[in-house]
Amino acid sequence: MNKLLDSFSNFTYRNKNFIFLSFLIVPLLWLGIIYLGSLLIFLGHSFFYLDGFTGQIVYEFSFKTLIELFSSPANIDILIRTVGLATCVTIGSAIIGFPIAYYMAKFTSPKVKIFLFIAIMLPLWSSYLVRVYSWKLILAKEGIINWFFEKLNLEWLLDTILSTPVIGGPSLSISYIGMFLVFTYIWLPFMILPIQASLERVPNSLINASHDLGANKRQTFYKVILPLALPGIIAGSIFTFSLTLGDYIIPYIIGTSKFFIGQAVYTHQGTAGNIPLAAAFSLVPIMVMVVYIYLAKKMGAFNAL
Amino acid sequence: MLKALNLNNINKSYGLIKALDDIDFIVNDGEFFSLLGPSGSGKTTCLKVIAGFEAPDNGNVSIFGEDVTNIPPFKRHVNTVFQDYALFPHMNVRQNVGYSLKVQKMNGPSMDRKIDEILEIVNLTGYDLRKPSELSGGQRQRVALARSLINKPKILLLDEPLGALDLKLREKMQVELKNIQRQFKITFIYVTHDQQEALSMSDRIAVFNNGKIEQIDTPANIYSKPINSFVAEFIGTTSIFNKDSALKLFNLNKAFSVRPENIVILETEKDLAAIDKKQYFITNGTLADCQFQGSHLKMTYAIDNDCKLSVFKSLEGNINQKYDIDIKHTIAWKKTDITTLNE
Repeated sequence: MNKLLDSFSNFTYRNKNFIFLSFLIVPLLWLGIIYLGSLLIFLGHSFFYLDGFTGQIVYEFSFKTLIELFSSPANIDILIRTVGLATCVTIGSAIIGFPIAYYMAKFTSPKVKIFLFIAIMLPLWSSYLVRVYSWKLILAKEGIINWFFEKLNLEWLLDTILSTPVIGGPSLSISYIGMFLVFTYIWLPFMILPIQASLERVPNSLINASHDLGANKRQTFYKVILPLALPGIIAGSIFTFSLTLGDYIIPYIIGTSKFFIGQAVYTHQGTAGNIPLAAAFSLVPIMVMVVYIYLAKKMGAFNAL
Repeated sequence: MLKALNLNNINKSYGLIKALDDIDFIVNDGEFFSLLGPSGSGKTTCLKVIAGFEAPDNGNVSIFGEDVTNIPPFKRHVNTVFQDYALFPHMNVRQNVGYSLKVQKMNGPSMDRKIDEILEIVNLTGYDLRKPSELSGGQRQRVALARSLINKPKILLLDEPLGALDLKLREKMQVELKNIQRQFKITFIYVTHDQQEALSMSDRIAVFNNGKIEQIDTPANIYSKPINSFVAEFIGTTSIFNKDSALKLFNLNKAFSVRPENIVILETEKDLAAIDKKQYFITNGTLADCQFQGSHLKMTYAIDNDCKLSVFKSLEGNINQKYDIDIKHTIAWKKTDITTLNE
């Protein structure tokens, strides 16, 4: 018996893949079947369609649903609105997140860095819904922002901003500006952390070398630091972009009555029972992300990796 | 004559640690000047102060007569070859080498010509489009060198540039660096912890220890006239007798050191009779270790229990000579061959 165990242990030492695979099989099955499998089946539904009379799903391969998605102006509106807001949120997060990440990676002591890490992660420890609702109160007409503007006698300024077509609304809590603020707040950690990680990997000697070769601070930033941080910015933007594309709670709580992709998916698969159209809507964020990552790669965003 | 570099009472502390303690030296134009010392002795910090990456707490730095203490690195006419080469990973060899021209807004044929020229000097023609990650250690080293030489700086700072290379390549690059220095006629300030490298390349050496300079002199003087036991021990192989041992064994009231090649082993009575005893220090030792080192044997003797003495015995004539451990020998060296040391 001992001898058998002994030769088994010899076997596993020589055949490292055996041990490796036997540990990996469960997670692989999970990822393959439960995760990717169900996702593919769901997305595959976009090639079926809903019978208009019976309200039953017809399980036949057809482009009817996809054509319906891209031919209805209302649906196109939803797509443009969602992608537009996701773009703004991503750019906003990057602009706010980069300086924080840069400070964390290059200028802090280890103690301050840990403090900042906790400060950035802290909001993620509380409920997402609670945070969104508190923003609803902050942004509301009776909320602190309005109060602040009133105290400064700047109500007219807020009113001017809110009366801007498209992005404005009756109050901050029912407008695209409000949604932008809340989305940027909620997803900011996902932007800061990858940028911080990528900047952390830029050795200080590279920055010194750039100065040494005659580049001033601005040139060093654009020629060395930014290109090397780009993979981190892209990684962060993948988070903020895709999370915004798929979210339906913030548009529901903060937004106007106009739909976003997440809400469209929610309504179509729920009350309307139109799973094919819901699936077709979910395809869009995935396709947008594929195109985005492809373009980023083409432009050399990952060259420094 | 205008001095290339003048460091005046430079002090630099990190918290409680004094990295540089009253550093004061002058480097002549065109000189190959080495900063030599063990790790943590302050030599790299000193280089950073010269390059401008670190500001000294007090004291000043002047380059060719101009006080640059408060001038940022990108306005100083010095360039640095970094220890880890610090090549930009997202740029190819050409872009790396041309970086300093690019930031000066130079472009077109004049820039191309300059890059081609310098790549030829460092033997990297044809590697233009490779990324640093696709180069060997030696090639990266050459890119770093080309990048810092392309602007013809007045002073080139080198921070252990050969530290990561293997022995053969290192010896080859030592010769090439020396050739480049002669060709460009620029001042080299060379940081190293390798005493052999410092001795073979430098015009003058500053020996660093604990943030202080122990001695500045030519390699020959540093080797033959070390000022104290630290320098004597750090440079080459040497044996040191402290004051007590010197008094007890040789009736000499001073610590001293002696180089292994100056010691003779007197194996027979005839050998002993042959030397003039007035001119020699003579003592007995027990062989503690005997190492074959190619051209010679390195023999370590224990003398009087607490002293160790290293001797090089030439293997001329008989390469197979061997000695047993614990054998007793009479050993001697000329009184003029010792270096007295200030403790």
